[in-house]
Amino acid sequence: MGLGRRLYRGEIDIDFVGRWKLWYSLSGFLLIISIAGLLINGLNLGVEFKGGSVISFKPAVATTVEDVRTTFRDEGVHQAIVQTTNQRYRITSEDLSEATTAKLQQIIKQKYDVKEQIDVQSIGASWGGEVSHKAWIGLGVFMLAIILYLSMAFEPKMALAAIVALVHDLVITAGIYAWSGFEVTPATLLGFLTILGYSLYDAVVVFDMIKEVTAKLGTTSKQTYSMAANNALSHTLIRSLNTSLVAILPVAAILFIGTTLLGAGTLKDLSLALFVGMIVGTYSSLCVATPLLVTLKEREPKYQAIARRVAAASGGGGKKSGKGPKGSENAAVAKG
Amino acid sequence: MARPTSSHSKPGRTLLLLLALILALGGTMFLQKAFTPKLGLDLAGGTTLTLTPVTQNGASPPEEILDRAVNIIRDRVNGNGISDAEVAKSGDNIIISIPGVGRDEAIGLVSTTAELRFRQVLAMEATQLPQDLPTQAPTPGATPSGSASPKSSSSAKPQPSSTRSAGTPGPSVSPTGKALSSALTAPTPTATGQAAKPETTRGAQSDQRQQRHKGQDAKATPTPAATPSSTQQPANPNIDTTGIDPAVLKQFQALDCTDPKKRGQGVQDDANKQYAACESDGSYKYVLDKAKVVGTDIDTASAGVRQGTTEWLVQLDFKSKGASTWATLTGQAVSAPEPRNKVAVVLDGVVITAPNIISAIPGGRAEITGGFDQKSATDLAEQLKYGALPLKFNRSSAETVSSTLGQDQLQGGLIAGIIGLALVVVYSLLYYRGLGIVAVLSLVVATILTYTAVVVLGHNANFRLSLPHIIGLVVSIGITADSFIVYFERIRDEMKEGRRTLRAAVEVAWVRARRTILIADAVMFIAAVVLYALAVGGVAGFAFAMGLTTLIDIVVVFLFTKPFIAMLARLKFFAKGHPLSGLDSERMSADHSGSAGRTTTPQEA
Repeated sequence: MGLGRRLYRGEIDIDFVGRWKLWYSLSGFLLIISIAGLLINGLNLGVEFKGGSVISFKPAVATTVEDVRTTFRDEGVHQAIVQTTNQRYRITSEDLSEATTAKLQQIIKQKYDVKEQIDVQSIGASWGGEVSHKAWIGLGVFMLAIILYLSMAFEPKMALAAIVALVHDLVITAGIYAWSGFEVTPATLLGFLTILGYSLYDAVVVFDMIKEVTAKLGTTSKQTYSMAANNALSHTLIRSLNTSLVAILPVAAILFIGTTLLGAGTLKDLSLALFVGMIVGTYSSLCVATPLLVTLKEREPKYQAIARRVAAASGGGGKKSGKGPKGSENAAVAKG
Repeated sequence: MARPTSSHSKPGRTLLLLLALILALGGTMFLQKAFTPKLGLDLAGGTTLTLTPVTQNGASPPEEILDRAVNIIRDRVNGNGISDAEVAKSGDNIIISIPGVGRDEAIGLVSTTAELRFRQVLAMEATQLPQDLPTQAPTPGATPSGSASPKSSSSAKPQPSSTRSAGTPGPSVSPTGKALSSALTAPTPTATGQAAKPETTRGAQSDQRQQRHKGQDAKATPTPAATPSSTQQPANPNIDTTGIDPAVLKQFQALDCTDPKKRGQGVQDDANKQYAACESDGSYKYVLDKAKVVGTDIDTASAGVRQGTTEWLVQLDFKSKGASTWATLTGQAVSAPEPRNKVAVVLDGVVITAPNIISAIPGGRAEITGGFDQKSATDLAEQLKYGALPLKFNRSSAETVSSTLGQDQLQGGLIAGIIGLALVVVYSLLYYRGLGIVAVLSLVVATILTYTAVVVLGHNANFRLSLPHIIGLVVSIGITADSFIVYFERIRDEMKEGRRTLRAAVEVAWVRARRTILIADAVMFIAAVVLYALAVGGVAGFAFAMGLTTLIDIVVVFLFTKPFIAMLARLKFFAKGHPLSGLDSERMSADHSGSAGRTTTPQEA
């Protein structure tokens, strides 16, 4: 059977949990690379964070990036970055005074025969600081709220595993931004924050199944926690891939439109962050959140006992002895 | 566990509930004749300003002060004739949205901190408020104005801030003896001197005005006709123009205070020049001297009740430097002839009050009395204390979007939405086949609900669709579809494992899927609420859209997807596991042999 059909029938059986060493080292590697990127390159902060002016217009006469840049330089604008998408020019510069902006608008209107209003955005230097300050607070409050909520809906260890996976996603996404030099704007930040919700969606689906499957684990079960978890994961693999794919499709559509039709702006910045974050999030909910949960849970005495017994049972001899007094002891624990 | 039987037996009823909901939203749309969402400025074109308060050590300013600032800015913007502008608070920031283009001058003035100024009145003149004319039935003779106010030392000239005037002259009654008083009585016909509060009724005001005309007429033109129809009243001949800058005099004569938009609300008056201004309610206009005392000279101002009476007053304390200039100013005014014995308080370009100075006021304290009620006294005290804007603001961001860029963005957002929706639809149909139709219909229902909700919110809660909203809505197509996938996969699980009938599987799977969906949606909703509450700018809009669609997702899954599948489960096409139904035996078979067995498993036992 081809992979596609096996996927369709949900018969894929990958030992995600068993390969935890692989995932941990892969994630560890990615985290180190990302943090290095953040330290070495830093993030390419957009004009919203540094303060500055953005002027954008659609010329009615043919022009070039170079020509536009010269026009700006003649008016004493030195740090003009000129971009063009779909015949719209976008000039990012240092914070311009109102007088300069007004003059530039006049010149642009005449020189490039622009009939409409010229789009002007000017951002004070402190604005970005406020946006990111609020974002950090939002992140903190969100994490706290989610830990509380998931602790109630599932259990604290699941909440912890989910949050670790979340931080993992955010760091790696930021790392990708640092290395690629994509511009970070408030819209990007918005994207990062939204990843929070999506990254957890998958984890919730998987954990819910794990909770259901492992609830049956008792003294007589032939499965360890990790086996049960892996089972649940394989079971929900299709679901996770489907939900992720379906979530990514509209984001990809926005990214496509944002890049081709509109160029730099909210659409592109937001969808790029989401796109990257969702892919990382799908990986982490399968390969980080669940193995981490298993690592945490296998330390519990109850599951350690099961693991020992199962190991002994599969080891061949001593099937009876393994189920001896220990078994009944555990049964009491399980009931209690 | 749930009670599957109740919903199992009556999927139709649940669908009717949904239909009712859609009809309610749709009906609201029809009743209000509102079929399109209200668009934000980034889509419709316009200017958005974000003002951030500047405070010491970056602490949040008190809520009430921020509210006051919002009201003042709103007055200024509206005073400039931009009636469709919106001024709103967002966290500590104030966001001003000005639709349309070419309002640069308006943008310039909204965030400036105008100062409070005390200016001596050089000349003044009443304004004819045209709307008063019909209400003024001239009753000549009934009001013997000459005898009306014998006690008011400063002639029958009306008190400028007639709306606040009352019948008690200040200094003589004031126990403290400090007397800055707007105490000049409006000449009350009965001359009883009772504390009539003219501002409470327009009629009373009209009476006063009438009185004034009589007084003026009596002085200037000895005609008995007390007709207030003299809208073409010439520049008052009894204005003493000595010391008045001719240019300012010209402005004064041209000044039309009847139109609220032309009163100059929000104009930055130059403290070192004479200034022509209107009373804030438009009832008088003034020529004012250079500002000798300004808002920063005031230490504090408070409203209170004079001891032993019920009379409200405003008490002012000047700083040491202010106190001496204030003493000079009042000393100069007190000996001046009417109307130069008044000192006008100018705020944000208009005169808020212009009390008579009855004696020079040394010592740095002053009281304004006369006709206040609690609210007007408190308002005036606050204005005096805080000046025009109680806070200094930084312009954090200013964005002007042309209508074409707005259209481009709207178009881009819509195209992205359509592509995204189409991709999800195609994927659902390919992967889930028959069940995919349920997914597609669910998305259609979700789209209808979202659209109607956005329109209804737009016209009732002033919700304006902006680009972040559209992105949020498009992105959430994914969440909505995720809920179906979770449910569909559960149904397939049930059929595989338990070899249940489809009808039973639909119910058992629902109980389990419901929990997953609710927890996952709760997580999204928490994210949305946190972002909405804490974020600035576009983030809040995005979060709002996310929260809205999460709620809609729950409504759709509970009220449409579940009952609809329950109904489909009765159809042979699905129940028998037709290959195109998405529930065929090949898919369900736990048999690993690989033979694509077409043998229909006995689903219906």
